[in-house]
Amino acid sequence: MNAAELAEAVAARVPEALEDRPQGLVDMPTLTVRKDSLLDVCRFMRDDLGKNFLSAVTAVDFLGYGEPVAGYFGTERGRDLNAVGSWGSPETVEQPPTRFAVVYHLAHVGEGPPARVRLQVFLEDGEEIASVVPVWPTADWHEREQFDMVGIVFSGHPNLKRLLMPSDWAGHPLRKDYPIGGEPVQFTDAR
Amino acid sequence: MSTTEQQRPGVVPLGSPARIPSGAPSKIDPPPGEDLITINFGPNHPSTHGVLRLIVTLDGEVVVGLDADIGYVHTGFEKNFEQKTYWKGIPYAPRMDYLGFFANELAYVGAVEKLIGIEVPERAKWIRTLFAELNRIHSHLIFLGTSGVELGAISLFFYCLRERDKVLDLFEMVTGVRMHDRYPQFGGVLEDLPKGFYGEARKFCDEMPHRIDEYLDLVAGNPIWEDRYKGIGTIDGPTAIAMGLSGPNLRASGVPYDLRRSEPYLIYDQLEFDVITGRKGDAWDRLICRTKEMYESVRIIEQCLDSMPAGPVIADDRKHVLPPRHELHTSMESLIHHFKLVTEGFRVPPGQVYCTVESPRGEFGCYLVSDGGAKPWRVHFRAPSFVSLQSTAMMAVNRYIADLIVVVGSLDGVMGEADR
Repeated sequence: MNAAELAEAVAARVPEALEDRPQGLVDMPTLTVRKDSLLDVCRFMRDDLGKNFLSAVTAVDFLGYGEPVAGYFGTERGRDLNAVGSWGSPETVEQPPTRFAVVYHLAHVGEGPPARVRLQVFLEDGEEIASVVPVWPTADWHEREQFDMVGIVFSGHPNLKRLLMPSDWAGHPLRKDYPIGGEPVQFTDAR
Repeated sequence: MSTTEQQRPGVVPLGSPARIPSGAPSKIDPPPGEDLITINFGPNHPSTHGVLRLIVTLDGEVVVGLDADIGYVHTGFEKNFEQKTYWKGIPYAPRMDYLGFFANELAYVGAVEKLIGIEVPERAKWIRTLFAELNRIHSHLIFLGTSGVELGAISLFFYCLRERDKVLDLFEMVTGVRMHDRYPQFGGVLEDLPKGFYGEARKFCDEMPHRIDEYLDLVAGNPIWEDRYKGIGTIDGPTAIAMGLSGPNLRASGVPYDLRRSEPYLIYDQLEFDVITGRKGDAWDRLICRTKEMYESVRIIEQCLDSMPAGPVIADDRKHVLPPRHELHTSMESLIHHFKLVTEGFRVPPGQVYCTVESPRGEFGCYLVSDGGAKPWRVHFRAPSFVSLQSTAMMAVNRYIADLIVVVGSLDGVMGEADR
């Protein structure tokens, strides 16, 4: 089932669930799901389309995505490890509509190939997203990890606590504005 | 375990399948009651294969509550990848699952190759397959050996490590290092197989099946082993799928899901091998599944040695592939390419891909988002150990604490991969 057929099937069952967004290079059918319809789409995927296997849940922080940064050698202060962005993009990329995206990789386990599908949900900072633990129990730790690392709040998760970082940790390390390159000390900002 | 012990109230009989708890699926809340004690199992317990902390609530010696605490070896691999050019990310990958290191590299390299659209030469695919299977044997040998140590059977560990050393000798012969080899590159592998490799590999393939026979003799005929493993940590197929188990853990429950067969990558569609499955999904089936998978890996290695085609081992693409070493002394362009690749890296088209391989532990996936720059925007690894350890609680609850050790061991988690 290719992406267009898949989108049609979802639209017939859960109306107004999908957003039509331009996609860059993708390797599997990718659907952009509206936040409110996520659980309905997931249930439809599992029960009717046989996607019984949740492979991964990933949150992506798009802060500074596609923006040019100060180049290979960084800023006048040397390489600024805390600057967001990669080493400059030569082409214009499609800016995501919101800061965060949560991406679900689904597969079919049983007869035939896995027929993978990717669902992505775009989120603003501070927005919550429904937990898919009721649909796929394996999402438990996946969602806890993304909560821990990127700070996405999964509403309805039965046990949303930090998983990898210490429980008293401040901040979410995989956010793009999370400081790296050392802790601030007395002369950090000296020129 | 005698029959009277099993009739103890609160202890489930052997072989009763695990149920997903109603609250958080990876946690069992202890019931209210007196005389319960809560203990730390780990983080430094030999049977946890790393630093896994289980918070176990005990009623006598029966586990009634369990919560897992992971993250003790979290080293921020994913953040590290974001700070490095794609090329410099390769050495990081094998250090996550340090036993199934080659599969990690394959997933990461495969994801980048998907994005840059580079064609891997035929011979490189065969070499990668060969080493992926050697690596599978390596990982399963460690599993088998350590699962014996957990029961107090030390001798099998030495036998397994003897053969593991031979696997690592083969790795050393080709890559120069025994583990964490950085051998797969974007577009192929670093170097061709050296002289003498075929002979040594053949010798290994001839010998290994007899060794696996020996292990099975030691394990399968051993009443202590059977008593400790049979009926422990049983999980049925649908529950295992819902809990995201993959690899031997899932196949032991009778689900023949093997990415090498159902979603063939490299050259697995041209090879003959069987997908080993179990029936009951208990710790015993998982143990036997892994052990018998080594036979299949040997078969695959033999086929690779038999029919590996000649030809280049890395793509002829100077924008993504390091030029051959000898050209650096004579060719200005090669030197420039080398310098640019090592310092700046190469730019990768914007997009997102998910590349999965069948690692020794199950479905290992690498999700990669690129913004068109020289460094990955986001890298996320789907670690099979991370997922399978979620099932510890439901498998171990209402059994004796000695069975908990078997459950954790039989899931074959590697904490480096679970914590990343």
